[in-house]
Amino acid sequence: MSEITLTLSRRRVDRPAVIDAGAPSGHTGPGHALRGMQELHEGEQAAIVRVCDGSDAACARRLFDLGFAPGASVVKVRRAPFGGPAVYRIADYEIALRPEQARTILVGTESSEPVQPGAYAARSFAA
Amino acid sequence: MSHEHHGGGGSVAVAEGTPRIALVGSPNSGKSTLFNALSGLHAKTGNYPGVTVTRYEGLTQTPAGPVIVEDLPGAYSLDPISPDEQVVDEVLDPDCDRPTSPDAVLATVDATTLRRSLGLIAQVLTIGLPTTVIVTFTDELARRHGRLDLVALERALGVPVRGIAAGDPRAVGELREHLTHARHWPRPVIPPPTDPDEVSGWISSVLASAGYRVPDLDTRTQKIDAVLLHPVWGTIVFFVTMFLFFQVIFTVAAPLQDLVQSFFDWLAGLVQTYVPDSWLTGLLSQGIIGGVGSVLVFLPQIALLFIVISLLEGTGYMSRAAFLMDRVMARAGLEGRAFVALLSSLACAIPGIMATRSLPSAKDRLATMLSAPLMTCSARLPVYVMLISLMVPADVRFGPIGAQGGVMFLLYLGGAIASMGTAWFFSRITGRRQGQLPFYMEMPPYRLPRLATVFHAVWDACAAFLRKMTTIILGATIVLWLLLNLPTPSAAQLQQAGIDPADSGAVATYTLDHSAAGAIGHAIEPVFEPLGFDWRINIGVISSLSARETFVATMGQVAAASDPENPGTALETMTVDHGPRAGEKLFTPPVVGSLMVFFMFALQCIATMAVMRRETGTWKWPLIAWVYMFGLAWVMSFLTHLVLGAVL
Repeated sequence: MSEITLTLSRRRVDRPAVIDAGAPSGHTGPGHALRGMQELHEGEQAAIVRVCDGSDAACARRLFDLGFAPGASVVKVRRAPFGGPAVYRIADYEIALRPEQARTILVGTESSEPVQPGAYAARSFAA
Repeated sequence: MSHEHHGGGGSVAVAEGTPRIALVGSPNSGKSTLFNALSGLHAKTGNYPGVTVTRYEGLTQTPAGPVIVEDLPGAYSLDPISPDEQVVDEVLDPDCDRPTSPDAVLATVDATTLRRSLGLIAQVLTIGLPTTVIVTFTDELARRHGRLDLVALERALGVPVRGIAAGDPRAVGELREHLTHARHWPRPVIPPPTDPDEVSGWISSVLASAGYRVPDLDTRTQKIDAVLLHPVWGTIVFFVTMFLFFQVIFTVAAPLQDLVQSFFDWLAGLVQTYVPDSWLTGLLSQGIIGGVGSVLVFLPQIALLFIVISLLEGTGYMSRAAFLMDRVMARAGLEGRAFVALLSSLACAIPGIMATRSLPSAKDRLATMLSAPLMTCSARLPVYVMLISLMVPADVRFGPIGAQGGVMFLLYLGGAIASMGTAWFFSRITGRRQGQLPFYMEMPPYRLPRLATVFHAVWDACAAFLRKMTTIILGATIVLWLLLNLPTPSAAQLQQAGIDPADSGAVATYTLDHSAAGAIGHAIEPVFEPLGFDWRINIGVISSLSARETFVATMGQVAAASDPENPGTALETMTVDHGPRAGEKLFTPPVVGSLMVFFMFALQCIATMAVMRRETGTWKWPLIAWVYMFGLAWVMSFLTHLVLGAVL
């Protein structure tokens, strides 16, 4: 394993500080609790709050590398029939995920101000 | 090929010190298109040692001499999650100095997905090798009103950046010139960060300083997807597409295959006419020409299959089809993309196994390869037709359904179920060791497929198949022919047996009965006796290793039928010649049923094993597959024999 791979495999994409993001800052009230991304309706837009690494940290790091970063905005474009995968638009492209993986990504209602990837996380740290 | 390295096959032979450049990029980033443009048709394929990952390497001519280009497997990150991505990490590892370590890196990024792609670029830049970033699909970026300042991007990244539009020969020429001083390309002064938050910030700042404007949503793609991914219309289009796909590799290929077959029949005829009559005539006409012919007939099928697959992939429909099928395939532990490989296997397992190349994960590739030979291929059809006619009279009907057709349907269904079950079984086994891969699949915008890409895919597949054909398959066919035809009986022996040497049919039967294969047929009787097979059926089973349909002709010869292609009537009256069942009919329903089940499961096909060896790079998997399927076939045939014997 190369040095860079070792460094990358030690990344923590599930930052503890982001877990309670929004709770104190006010824009996610009781009605806007965090949801798994698979719960989004077709066409609904949301902001990614957390990429959970509970069961599979390698998977969480991969989802992060695919663009599912805290603060990024995501749209569920459409879903396959019979509980199959769904297409999400993230980081200016479209990708299909199965519900099992989408569930590990928690989203909150997007604030009205445009969110830059990275900025959301930074703000959470500040809060 | 003379210059294939052992173990790490696929290296090109060049003078020592030739610069070596690795192509890195995510899937769909135009990496392979660039590789094809640089290396032309001289790419060598092989396997990375120990893994089922294909290695592509080619030579490109620059003004300063040749440069080796290696097309690494597509990777979304240097934090590997599959064996394919591990290969990328190992090749690029700067601390590991191998002769195959690259001197420089060409990293491709799709201009329309720049935000995501820069994550990989950040990781590649931290390695510290001289790097050039190739921005692809710049024409599409412009069409969708996006904007990117390549000069500013070069400044922001600190390494050379080149833009390339699809199919722009001038840009490729300029790139060749740029490759001449690959070893002196600048390395980034400050490597990008690796921390998740910092890297998000780094990407944003690079995009801002390069004046990147996100391209508009592709309205064309959205309109097409609204139909093709629609729960109703999308499903209908999917089934129509797959039906047409199957038609192409099954029906359209048939006349081409007949053409190849008649050419080799003609060639064999020439040999029989002009080579003086001896055992050599037989070896040349039946053994070699017949053997090569019986394998070359698959070439039209393989070529057509790869034309269709690369069109499906090039347009972007493959991802949509896989998206629709994923739920079904997930039940077998596979993913949507495996569907095409299994469907192709209904025509022939050889193109089916080769079609697994489109699967991104090595684990899925293996599980699909091992399950593909269980799908009912066209070579089983003549065997089934003969056996069904032995067991079920043509006029038996259950309501509107003919019993013969019903049995045929059950055989197809059984094959499909066995195939899915096998995929499930092996993806569990290999999955436990390698960990389950999360499923994710990029949905690229619809694009017009590039002719050159289609051509390369077909060329690669056909060339690989022909290379294997001329070695393993040809050798195996010759050995099999020798077993079935030697020793040649002398005139005295024939006279003793009361056979007229002029009666070629009787001579052939006598030769086969007393051949080495005949001896083996007797020797392995204990293995097949519980299934109800006698030594003559065993000869047929051995001969079917060259191609399943050979079983029909061999049984014909064994039964000395007047028409070896239609041995049904002669076989029906055949009796057991020794042992406790002597005098009874040989082909009783339990025996025929057990034979059908045996052919449903057993891997009776040397060519399939050879292709599996080629695709996995080791004999381990074809051997595992053969043993697994033989075991399965034996047990299931035994049970069938038992149950049918008790019921009928």
